[in-house]
Amino acid sequence: MPVRLVFLGKLADCADASEHTVAAPLDWAGLLAHLPAELAVAAADPKVRVAVNGVLLVDKRALAAGAGDEVALLPPVSGG
Amino acid sequence: MRDVRLLESAFSPGAEIERFAADHSGAGGIVSFTGQVRAADGCEALELSHYAPLTLPGMEALADAALARWPLDGLLIRHRVGLMLPGEPIVLVAAAARHRRDAFLAADFAMDHLKSDAWFWKREKRAGQWHWIEPREADRADLLRWQ
Repeated sequence: MPVRLVFLGKLADCADASEHTVAAPLDWAGLLAHLPAELAVAAADPKVRVAVNGVLLVDKRALAAGAGDEVALLPPVSGG
Repeated sequence: MRDVRLLESAFSPGAEIERFAADHSGAGGIVSFTGQVRAADGCEALELSHYAPLTLPGMEALADAALARWPLDGLLIRHRVGLMLPGEPIVLVAAAARHRRDAFLAADFAMDHLKSDAWFWKREKRAGQWHWIEPREADRADLLRWQ
């Protein structure tokens, strides 16, 4: 099973679809390499957080996603 | 005690408040706040997106924090996601308490956190074009009031 990527907020606009899949296992360098250049730059912004299966990573560079995991890229929230 | 929901379609704040009041008839008072889409500034529509694994759990944790901080009889939060038109309600917070000040503070606390610290992404349609709304410094500053 691949890793599923989910893009939120304006990152979903940069991605063609709001979800992508990529082969497991996936680390941060692998994720950036998979993304189109514009999206990789946006994802690397320190304000963009990353969650794996709904759990926020303290340091997204420590990403280690396995088969079937869902990795979400979360830009700063704009509030309700 | 805690009644927190994310809603995919339009809701009636009046009906929610009436039911909440009936469920908390022992409370001395109920404070409620309704936020709605501004029918101004050329806003034609608003769209809120969320991320299910984080958004509702985060709102529930927020409600728990308010319940732990003030002696409340109950706390209700309703928040829309999806497409909304000017005048439509976006958010409702209602706090029931024995004493009014606790209810005012809890509702204010919940709104400040929903506005700047909840997992929502918002875009507005103006002149036919969608624009993502960036976080506002004023909303972040409001959060500091509670530290």
